[in-house]
Amino acid sequence: MRSDGNIGAPIGLKIAAGAGLLFLHLPILLIFVYAFTTEERSYQWPPPGLTTKWLAVTWNRPDIWEALSLSLKVATVSTAIALVLGTLCAAAVSRTRFFGRETISLMVILPIALPGIVTGIALRSAFNLSDIPFSTWTIILGHATFCVVVVYNNAVARFRRTSASLVEASMDLGADGFQTLRYVIMPNIATALLAGGMLAFALSFDEVIVTTFTAGQQQTLPIWMLEELVRPRQRPVTNVVAMVVVLVTFLPILGAFYLTRDGDQIAGGGK
Amino acid sequence: MDEVDLEVFEGEFFAMLGPSGSGKTTCLRLVAGFEQPTSGHIEIFGQTAEGVPPFRRNVNTVFQDYALFPHLNVIDNVAYGLMIRGAGKAERYRTAAEALELVALPGLGKRRAGELSGGQRQRVALARALVNKPRVLLLDEPLGALDLKLREQMQEELKNLHRQLGITFIFVTHDQNEALSMADRVALFNQGKVVQVGTPQEIYRCPNSRFVADFVGSSNLLPPEFVAGISGQNKWASLRPEAIRLTSAGGHEASVVACSYLGGTTRLALDLGSLRLHALLPSVATIPQPGQRVRIDWNPDDVHLMEDGI
Repeated sequence: MRSDGNIGAPIGLKIAAGAGLLFLHLPILLIFVYAFTTEERSYQWPPPGLTTKWLAVTWNRPDIWEALSLSLKVATVSTAIALVLGTLCAAAVSRTRFFGRETISLMVILPIALPGIVTGIALRSAFNLSDIPFSTWTIILGHATFCVVVVYNNAVARFRRTSASLVEASMDLGADGFQTLRYVIMPNIATALLAGGMLAFALSFDEVIVTTFTAGQQQTLPIWMLEELVRPRQRPVTNVVAMVVVLVTFLPILGAFYLTRDGDQIAGGGK
Repeated sequence: MDEVDLEVFEGEFFAMLGPSGSGKTTCLRLVAGFEQPTSGHIEIFGQTAEGVPPFRRNVNTVFQDYALFPHLNVIDNVAYGLMIRGAGKAERYRTAAEALELVALPGLGKRRAGELSGGQRQRVALARALVNKPRVLLLDEPLGALDLKLREQMQEELKNLHRQLGITFIFVTHDQNEALSMADRVALFNQGKVVQVGTPQEIYRCPNSRFVADFVGSSNLLPPEFVAGISGQNKWASLRPEAIRLTSAGGHEASVVACSYLGGTTRLALDLGSLRLHALLPSVATIPQPGQRVRIDWNPDDVHLMEDGI
């Protein structure tokens, strides 16, 4: 007897699935190809020639470095904020029962369900009303709103799967609150936090909409790329940057995927 | 929870028995320090326990779901308490290995908690609680998740362990057989109150209320009208099924309603007209069949009068 999984799909379905995957991923390959084209004004197909000179050009453009370092800074700080707030919130919601618990859970998740443009406009008018000048910190605050959600979701799922009596067992065996956090809670939620943190970082790193509304004169990397497309100057440089961004965001997401997958087995072992 | 007034003696095997929701687990958690009393007083070895966090009590707990740390292997689970107290690695592992030997589980140190069977996890939980050398060991329904055979085996081992260590065991269970067979003394809980405290024999032979008589073994409850007829006292009384015997003359006439064979004994449901009784007879006797009329009797001493009609 063979299981259903081994019966081959019809050939038409296979072709359709392949075409779907190609449609999703070919454009990304095109970006890579144009990063090496010799033509700098328009995207001409096929590329008239291939060159690696744009890598060097990109390396020597100070505006790119500025945008990149701003993006890294914003992503790092907003991820850090999200890790602290998201974890604490998840712990409260999953460990205790209190009035308004479900409401808080919904309100934490809401920013990611809202269109970014709504979050952006809301934040912009809020900053205006309270006379907060636009700066790196307003971008960070904007990004933190959706980063918290990602961390919260990961942490809350892990907390639900870990038995509450673990904390009691640790206390019972002589560990105070801090030791319990360090030796029991952290090891059990670490992979969930890492996964949530990586996703949050990746989300922040390529965010455009909220950033447009909360940034002043500064440019994060995605904003810089958008500007470059409007006013063409050394066009393939944008492609080089895009290629780097794809690689930089792809790795953490892949890592997060593997970590949460293993986490299922680790967290399930308690009972 | 109120009207819980208990004293547990040092070195005792004490069981807290009761139906679910009767307050026995809450009582245990108060002793462990996971919950704080809103009023009342707890003393552990003469020291006030209110406000003392669980990690400063010389009391360890075996949890109902074992609560083994999933990120640690067996030996690190057992050594956790020693690690927290700052013991060196070599000493820690030596003591933990000894504790594992004590619960008859040597050589499994490298396994993860998730790879163990229910019975093995239970032993690890026991070793982990004992490694800190507590003066009191709290056990919260520790055998609830095990199957019958394993449960009986663990009951025996727990008793041996208690004898060997000489420390106080406080044991929570809803299984009356478990409480009676293991404990030196039993406290029976109902609806947040302790209804009776005593040795298993006292609890079984002399229940002080209808609840106790009914919960501990299935006793026959005799209503006051019936008891007045046979002893002259207008009180509820309990009569254990095994105290009833068949007789040829005298006693009471009854008809057999049902009869179930239980191996060594046979259980009869009897109709005395005004009340129904259950009797447990040794299977060696000639067993009357349903519909048959029999005469039954019992020793008047076996009718235990109860002060409390509840």
